[in-house]
Amino acid sequence: MSGEVEASTEEQQEMQDTVVSPEKAEEVKLKARYPHLGTRPGGSDLLRKRLQKGQKYFDSGDYNMAKAKMKNKQLPTTAAEKTEITGDHIPTPQDLPQRKQSLVASKLAV
Amino acid sequence: MMAGVGGGNDFQWCFSQVKGAIDEDVAEADIISTVEFNCSGELLATGDKGGRVVIFQREQESKNRLLSRGEYNVYSTFQSHEPEFDYLKSLEIEEKINKIRWLPQQNAAHFLLSANDKTIKLWKISERDKRAEGYNLKDEDGRLRDQFRITTLRVPVLMPMDLMVEASPRRIFANAHTYHINSISVNSDYETYLSADDLRINLWHLEITDRSFNIVDIKPANMEELTEVITAAECHPHQCNVFVYSSSKGTIRLCDTRAAALCDRHSKFFEEPEDPSSRSFFSEIISSISDVKFSHSGRYMMTRDYLSVKVWDLNMENRPVETYQVHEYLRSKLCSLYENDCIFDKFECCWNGSDSAIMTGSYNNFFRMFDRNTRRDITLEASRENSKPRAMLKPRKVCTGGKRKKDEISVDSLDFNKKILHTAWHPKENVIAVAATNNLYIFQDKIN
Repeated sequence: MSGEVEASTEEQQEMQDTVVSPEKAEEVKLKARYPHLGTRPGGSDLLRKRLQKGQKYFDSGDYNMAKAKMKNKQLPTTAAEKTEITGDHIPTPQDLPQRKQSLVASKLAV
Repeated sequence: MMAGVGGGNDFQWCFSQVKGAIDEDVAEADIISTVEFNCSGELLATGDKGGRVVIFQREQESKNRLLSRGEYNVYSTFQSHEPEFDYLKSLEIEEKINKIRWLPQQNAAHFLLSANDKTIKLWKISERDKRAEGYNLKDEDGRLRDQFRITTLRVPVLMPMDLMVEASPRRIFANAHTYHINSISVNSDYETYLSADDLRINLWHLEITDRSFNIVDIKPANMEELTEVITAAECHPHQCNVFVYSSSKGTIRLCDTRAAALCDRHSKFFEEPEDPSSRSFFSEIISSISDVKFSHSGRYMMTRDYLSVKVWDLNMENRPVETYQVHEYLRSKLCSLYENDCIFDKFECCWNGSDSAIMTGSYNNFFRMFDRNTRRDITLEASRENSKPRAMLKPRKVCTGGKRKKDEISVDSLDFNKKILHTAWHPKENVIAVAATNNLYIFQDKIN
């Protein structure tokens, strides 16, 4: 009697192993693409990124030094995406995004 | 074919109006970031990423309109917030309007609160339809009259003029949030309101701008220990001492301001138990609550997480009483939705006036409605292709696998850039406003 019970739990375990939830399958896919993901809990990394939204670093001394350097040699242009590493990148005039106020009326109000 | 969600069986949703530009190139500033009806439904406000507010007013019902209700026309528009740079913190402050909340109307003027990431403003919108004419010291065009030429004295008379709607900022509530404001909620006492950012909730008095009370603070002493953030907060519709806030971990805390000055300890804690064996890397991310709304009755609250909408009975903390799947077919796409950041999209949800139906948005400009009584649900689309006046909306269906039937759309064909994050339901009638990126759609019911 007990032998039969054991066998059926084994069968159940086999079934569970073959039927992987779609979510777990997606996780496997993600880990395959980004092996270092999840070494730290996903929560705090994402949360800190969220809290830091809008953070830009600007030091006028560094900026002017970089501008002076530009006269001598071309600084490599940076990619458009914002880097989270502060202090590594000195903004140059072409990097600074153009912030202009939207004085144009909303198109919803036409 | 089920169409009568929200008001009974003999019910069809029809296109009413669409506002906004048709061109393909959408300017970032034109993206609508909040939609809200006022308490009577007469006014509909939108805020956008460019910091602008546009208010629409419903035209008076005339006897000629039998088939459709009044249309919404532009009433007022103004620049609410402007981009700022906090030099002390090296922080760029977006002008995007995160939330608009109307105050209940107490006199002829209308008041609303609008918030960007850092500042809340109280705006007064008032009408001027009379002008004084016949001044003694100046001409009609404003030029000063020669004093020595004035021989008689007259009393200026109020004359009618073309209606002018003016918006003026009456209060500016600033410098109270270190993190980004995600919610504002007017209290039922009509005197106070709360504002919530990622880690703190503040209570304000509408008349006082230089002080606010901090009532919730979840910032850990060591930021390395940060595990969750506040995602939304709302005041109870009737009990002015009760409010709730939701978290990125899928929990809701109900707090009572009578219990303590600092409501760090909740009165009630709502969380649905999770099956530990089904936990994955995505579990916490998709459980993050993006919106929480009390029912009009005050007995229930609704939460929106990435894949579902849940209705909770305030008297039962251990699980929701109803769960509605919004787009369960996305569960097998979580990997790519994480890569393109869509998994972090914050969808809102809303109740209809009688709390019998709920609505929320999805991708591909689809939005979903659930009837709580009949348990029926419907998927509709906000699209220019179906924008003939009073055109009936056809239910849409997503094909999840196998053979795709005609008129169905497969999961892989969904446009994830067409997100409906913001929707609003008229407080009394079956009229809904749906924001599709830079366009605002208004749909109404048509009674058969």
